Amino acid sequence: MIRLSLNGTGVQVEDGSTLLEAARLYGIPIPTLCHDDGLTPYGACRLCVVELGQGRLVSSCTTVAREGMVVRTDSQRVARARRLLLELYVATSPQSKRIQDLASAMGVRECRYEAKAEDCIQCGLCVRICAEQMMGGAIGFAGRGKNRRVARPFDQTSELCRQCGACLYVCPVCELRCQAGTADTTLCNGCLNFAPPCFKTYDDAMCFLDPCHACELAGPFRADARTRIRAASTAR
Amino acid sequence: MTDHHTHLPGHITDLEALERCAIHGRSTLYPDRIKILVGTATCGRAAGAQEVLDAVHEEVEGKHLPYAVAETGCIGWCSQEPLLDVWVPGQPRVTYGRVKPKQVRDILADLPEPRTELALAVMTGDDNALTGRRTSYCNGGDRPEATLNGLPTYADLPLFKRQLRVVMRNCGIVDPASLEEYAARGGYRALWRALFSLTPREVLQEVLLSGLRGRGGAGFPTGRKWQAVADARGGPKYIVCNADEGDPGAYMDRGVLEGDPHSVIEGMIIGGYTMGAHEGVIYVRDEYPLAVARLSEAILQAQRSDLLGKDILGSGFSFNVSITRGAGAFVCGEETALLASIEGRVGEPRPRPPYPAERGLWGKPTCINNVETWATVPVVVQRGGGWLAGIGTGGSKGTKVFSLVGNVTNTALIEVPMGTTLAEVVNDIGGGVPAGRVCKAVQTGGPSGGCIPAEQLSLPVDYESLTKAGSIMGSGGMIVMDDRTCMVDIARYFLGFLEDESCGKCFSCRVGTQRMREIVNRISMGKGREEDLQLLEDLAWLVGETSLCGLGQSAPNPVLTTLRYFRDEYLAHIRDHRCPAKVCKELITYTIDPVICNGCGACISQCAGSAILGEKKKLHTIEQAKCTKCGACLEACKFDAVLVN
Repeated sequence: MIRLSLNGTGVQVEDGSTLLEAARLYGIPIPTLCHDDGLTPYGACRLCVVELGQGRLVSSCTTVAREGMVVRTDSQRVARARRLLLELYVATSPQSKRIQDLASAMGVRECRYEAKAEDCIQCGLCVRICAEQMMGGAIGFAGRGKNRRVARPFDQTSELCRQCGACLYVCPVCELRCQAGTADTTLCNGCLNFAPPCFKTYDDAMCFLDPCHACELAGPFRADARTRIRAASTAR
Repeated sequence: MTDHHTHLPGHITDLEALERCAIHGRSTLYPDRIKILVGTATCGRAAGAQEVLDAVHEEVEGKHLPYAVAETGCIGWCSQEPLLDVWVPGQPRVTYGRVKPKQVRDILADLPEPRTELALAVMTGDDNALTGRRTSYCNGGDRPEATLNGLPTYADLPLFKRQLRVVMRNCGIVDPASLEEYAARGGYRALWRALFSLTPREVLQEVLLSGLRGRGGAGFPTGRKWQAVADARGGPKYIVCNADEGDPGAYMDRGVLEGDPHSVIEGMIIGGYTMGAHEGVIYVRDEYPLAVARLSEAILQAQRSDLLGKDILGSGFSFNVSITRGAGAFVCGEETALLASIEGRVGEPRPRPPYPAERGLWGKPTCINNVETWATVPVVVQRGGGWLAGIGTGGSKGTKVFSLVGNVTNTALIEVPMGTTLAEVVNDIGGGVPAGRVCKAVQTGGPSGGCIPAEQLSLPVDYESLTKAGSIMGSGGMIVMDDRTCMVDIARYFLGFLEDESCGKCFSCRVGTQRMREIVNRISMGKGREEDLQLLEDLAWLVGETSLCGLGQSAPNPVLTTLRYFRDEYLAHIRDHRCPAKVCKELITYTIDPVICNGCGACISQCAGSAILGEKKKLHTIEQAKCTKCGACLEACKFDAVLVN
């Protein structure tokens, strides 16, 4: 067992645990976009950064816990990094409901960038699930820097692709489309404004905030509100 | 090619054989006949050294002159390339600069009396920085101490006076294709000493004692890295030389590889012996074809002489070196990306720990050092760690090679002791900015370094001081900028480079550099807002804090330092829509002063966009709608009638 300090509390985790696993084991939420428990840690989304001692911010998903580490998941530095990152994520992929929800939850209240709607955030989940879980390896990354993208070999569907759809399944961007993220209103913040615009489309699945007190208070989950809105949407 | 190319040194299995090899080297280094030396490193070739060399061959062979003709590497006098040297036995070596092929005949005409009126300087036995006397490597031959016809000696020239050459001890002196000449300058003696007089632990102690730090940029203590690899369990272990030099305007590693490849190989063998590794890889970028060729030849020579391979020098220790050519990704200079690239994977960094010292190439303990670091190792072993530790500052020991480029009179490849001030480098060695201009800033450390303002030129060049000023040592690029440089434009340029060269894995680095470039671009076009500066600072902080590798972590430096020292320039672009240095195209207009213009037509013929109207002897005017603001008219006008506003 490894002993370390997590937000000031002494904890024990198994050998080889990552800091992300350690934090989650002790119920400390850490947002992630490129992490999946069944896949190799990748460390590309940088959202899961935590502060190590007085030193640098490191991605908790790729950092293995070592004896005596002092980890903070809730420092101001971490919070600032996550907020600035999510602001950038929202601008890159305003239609990802997952990103919009995370942004609202982390307290992002404005997006100072022009929205680009690139959608793909290159979290690499699709590439990894294809190779590691589906034993496919039909997609990968091509290019470098601003030209980097998820691609098929020579832009043709590979013989290795069985069209299983696992890549779609894990994608944090194309799973559910946020209804609010348009060019005019990059940031949704719907649940915080007590007016989630996605309610009409996603009904029960509408809010991924965990837990979404705002939504509960606002009442879209209340029976009367739900009936009212459902009626409105059927009428249309 | 010189005659000794056909000669290969025999097997070197004992000290006597090494000495025989050195004696042979001395006979080509200082032959008993006149020797013509042409600097044919890439820098020389770009300036026309190959043509000069051809002309020398033509002259010598055509007239059946009994002269030896040899090639050498770069002595670092970039502004005077191509360089030709004439050495007459018993006299100092005479250097000619900016030699044109048609001048060769004149230069060789009166030999053995050198044509001193055409020469730049002479290299005497006194020129310790160059002859290596301070590195005590060379038995300088029979070269007299006095100069010739009042020519300055290298030691008199400000460019060379303050230099101390450890890494570049042989560059521009030996023929890089000759193992013997390297041996004649003391080469492979350090290897001998390590293999037969020292235990691996003792070599490590010397390296630790020397205080040598990685010359690739981060400045990690070399001894500690070696210790970690030496102590690491598991094997086989690997030695890697990082020669993926990608910073714009930096060519230190190229200079060493092309001028003295054996010094790197010797360093790596010593490293292998110390850490118990038997295989080395040199990762060199393929944009350096000459470096690859000279390294390959050096490796082949070393292998044929038993300096590489099994049972080196009969010591029982085996070590071999191979070359991997990089395909042109800047990020592959980052050690974990470099290892991935050697293994044939995509060159993307991975998180550390585990450090390469624990799990590196093929998952085995690996020691990665830069070209300069490896080239320093033989000196450390030969002269002892204490000698190197005696040079430099408290935290930074030894010397550092810099490529001094930009708006500076003497562009040069120089090597100075750590702690030399920027002012000494720029004003004394570099000769300052061209006349009539004012030095504005010095950019150190390549694209992810920072711009240090002219007011801080008293800053000593060492790892700590540069970091404190917001820049980095980096691999040693040093770009001098005068008052014609717009700092916003500089930030835009480097961000554009980083945007292209980020591997793209980390979201913060990939998108962060893109967005920063967009914002700076907007500011340079006069469309910025004051809030943009806050946004830039936030973004810079984010990219620096959350990126995975060194490239991303240092990527905001160009923005941060220009914002810190030249904020008023950003504000001028934003508030007044004005580019103070008159560089940013969107904010300037070219006009012709009607009083000065005499209608010579020079600008009209130079204007690619046909934007200049007017006839001979009549006033010319620029049609603003067609003007692309290329600045060709400004260059063309001899009367300074073209105005930029």
